[in-house]
Amino acid sequence: MSAYDLVVIGGGPAGLAAAVEAYDNGVESILIIERDRELGGILMQCIHNGFGLHHFKEELTGPAYAERFINMLKAKGIDYKIDTMVAEITKDKRIKTMSASDGITWVQAKAIVLAMGCRERTRGAISIPGSRPAGVFTAGTAQRYINMEGYMVGERVFILGSGDIGLIMARRMTLEGAKVLGVAEIMPHSNGLTRNIVQCLDDFEIPLYLSHTIIDIRGKDRLTGITIAQVDEKMQPIEGTEEAIECDTLLLSVGLIPENEISRALGVAIDPRTKGPRVNQYMETSLEGVFACGNVVHVHDLVDYVTEESIRAGRNAAAFIKGRQFKAVEAYTMTTPGEGIGYIVPQEICEQSAAETVTLLFRVKKTYKNARINVFGDGEKIKSLKKMHLAPGEMERVDLKLEKVYQQLTVEVEA
Amino acid sequence: MFDVTIIGAGVIGASVASYLSKYQLRVVVLERENDVACGTSKANTGLVHAGYDTHAGTVKAAMNVRGNQLYEAESKRLKFPFRKIGSLVVALNDEEYEVVESLFENGKVLGIEGLEILDGNAVKAMEPSITAEPVGALFAPTAGITEPWEVTMAYMEHAMDNGVALKLNYAVSQIQKTSDGFLINDEIETKLIVNCAGVHADDLYGMVTETPEFKIIPRRGQYYLLDKETEGFVNHTIFPTPTKMGKGIVVAPTIDGNILVGPDSEDLPQSMKEATETTRENLTALKENAAHMCGNIPFHLNITNFSGMRAEPDTGDFIIEMSKVDGFVNVAGIKSPGLSSAPAIAERVEGIVKQAFVSLLPNEDYVDTRRERIKFNHLDEAAQAALMRKDPRYGRIICRCEMITEGEIVDAIHRNCGGRTLNGIKRRVRPGAGRCQGGFCGPRVMEILSRELNLPLTAIVQEGKDAYILTKETKVEEEA
Repeated sequence: MSAYDLVVIGGGPAGLAAAVEAYDNGVESILIIERDRELGGILMQCIHNGFGLHHFKEELTGPAYAERFINMLKAKGIDYKIDTMVAEITKDKRIKTMSASDGITWVQAKAIVLAMGCRERTRGAISIPGSRPAGVFTAGTAQRYINMEGYMVGERVFILGSGDIGLIMARRMTLEGAKVLGVAEIMPHSNGLTRNIVQCLDDFEIPLYLSHTIIDIRGKDRLTGITIAQVDEKMQPIEGTEEAIECDTLLLSVGLIPENEISRALGVAIDPRTKGPRVNQYMETSLEGVFACGNVVHVHDLVDYVTEESIRAGRNAAAFIKGRQFKAVEAYTMTTPGEGIGYIVPQEICEQSAAETVTLLFRVKKTYKNARINVFGDGEKIKSLKKMHLAPGEMERVDLKLEKVYQQLTVEVEA
Repeated sequence: MFDVTIIGAGVIGASVASYLSKYQLRVVVLERENDVACGTSKANTGLVHAGYDTHAGTVKAAMNVRGNQLYEAESKRLKFPFRKIGSLVVALNDEEYEVVESLFENGKVLGIEGLEILDGNAVKAMEPSITAEPVGALFAPTAGITEPWEVTMAYMEHAMDNGVALKLNYAVSQIQKTSDGFLINDEIETKLIVNCAGVHADDLYGMVTETPEFKIIPRRGQYYLLDKETEGFVNHTIFPTPTKMGKGIVVAPTIDGNILVGPDSEDLPQSMKEATETTRENLTALKENAAHMCGNIPFHLNITNFSGMRAEPDTGDFIIEMSKVDGFVNVAGIKSPGLSSAPAIAERVEGIVKQAFVSLLPNEDYVDTRRERIKFNHLDEAAQAALMRKDPRYGRIICRCEMITEGEIVDAIHRNCGGRTLNGIKRRVRPGAGRCQGGFCGPRVMEILSRELNLPLTAIVQEGKDAYILTKETKVEEEA
């Protein structure tokens, strides 16, 4: 069995940033394990630009963003294994891997960073009725076929879900010569970034059908058409608003789910709101020395934010390896989503000092205009921010310097 | 000239082919789809029924009871999964309880072993997910679960291993009676035809007689299939009390660890035999109906919906006989419990065929068993390591939801009755059957299919022959 100080599960943006940062904090014995055939994760299929504005202060494509980290990794000589699957992690931090080149191996780690990312919700998850023809893809899978494998998936395209991947794919399919007939969104607002709605739909005159969903899928072998309908406040289709659309391709961009099969099997506590591990402000999960970052914790809208969170995980994993015990404190603060808030990361704060900034990341449940975000410590308002615009598609943050120990921090929207 | 032509490669056609492969007979199976098990055999509840609800004296009862008795041995011989988990028919009021009692009596007459009537408390203790208040239930310990498409493939592969031919993408459009048999589509000569055409058995029979004695009503049933995370939600197959429309909506574990909820029951016109779509109305109603029994089914963990078409005969019973057209054997109206009955039906057809040929010699090269599929994830670590040393492709995980290796996929392509489509591979070894529904592994499986079959990626289909996935290679990058 080989041994490393730090083993990072996943070589996407989260794992790469965590590994690089851990190295810069004095831990040189690091192994990244990646199941795909190259490092970089989903960034490698995101060939559009718009990445890096926050972190690198310049606009990069997905692969270019990943490459910066991969170059740092290689320059530092950090070990990585690709085409390798993690089959199991034990509580004493032994990791079972499998690959065609090395067979089964076990690695002992002192600390682990979970960075497995997320997967797309599928047709089944939202039970779209109809037949089951070819031509129905999750947007990310279509993106992989087009950008990585170099094949088109269809000619007349409809998209369900206005999340960012759906919007990006509306533009991408158009640029590849397909006719994108529209994007339907069941909510009365888009879940995507405003800039993507402008640049990917408006600029190409692709209609966005808000408060609409798909109620039928047709075609025996290949998709031949769908029916969309408007929905009421309870998301139920309104009779008489049905519209049949002929298309050969349907892309689904209906949400992402953190991939925590390994975390669950390991026994890491999962937050039912985020579907990711519960973490403290050091990105440490419920198991000591097991950290998590990126989309495996909660789904981010920008890779730059993934990087920021992963740097925190990498730095603290390094500190742990060097002997710091984050869980050796008595006072824990729980964070609680209040009115209008969907979730908060971190779920707990395990040590508080006025010298340290604690960042709360969260999402609102619906759109607000001219609202306030209030933070309460045990009922006492400790911070209030004015917000012109709040939307579920855009992650919000509050930085706090906590001057006393609270049992509970609550975040609320004041409309 | 073939001796026997079997039309339809569902579980019935396949099991008949397997049983006939014992003899020196030239047998061909014609299937209009591009894979076996593409009709009812791929879209049903996967249950091996005990048989207590079939009426003594019917063909169906004889087949179900015998089929159930054969299943365990068949599963061991041909290496398909089967587990006797037992079923409950739950009565929620006194009227239903009377039905349960009559099922118990009927089962005793049929000689079904182990039947027991449980009281309400015992039912709740056995299945805490039942939120209704049962008066009692019939417990049938011999009821089991299996993987219906794998049963079909096992039979067909075994038949092919023993010399039976399979023609896929071959639709039968006309049959002529000849002096010594039949001429199919003006090209295939055969002495005997065995009609295993499922919901189309009446249409096929109509090609040789103007006065068919039966009609097949397509009866559609829709389903929810829940994520493996729900494993253990119920541990037995839970039926409501049956009605004349069938056995009712079942909540059942699948052999792979999912939970299956369905089917509802909807008779469709003859013109809708292919209408295997799901509908919003039915899926909604199905949820509500299932909730009468189990109020907390985790439908939010749904991974897919599907519907299957059952071949409901207007005669009410299975039709397994040499028809009035000499040489034309009908195996028709095989609705539920068709899967349970398959081995018994094959046995009966074997008898009919033996009678039709004056003397049948045994197939001297006959092999009774089938090579087991390797299920990598079910092996212990030492066995996994040994396998990887022999063939490193067993070290490469292609499907992470179900932990399926490249080695298993390659084997599933190259066996007899191998998979040629994305869904064909999914049914054989399960990549894409898990929670991501092929989002990650789809492109990898396509690549393997393309490489192993020496076909361009654009020629790989999802299911039917026109179910193309990719249209063309993208142009050279010029995107700004």
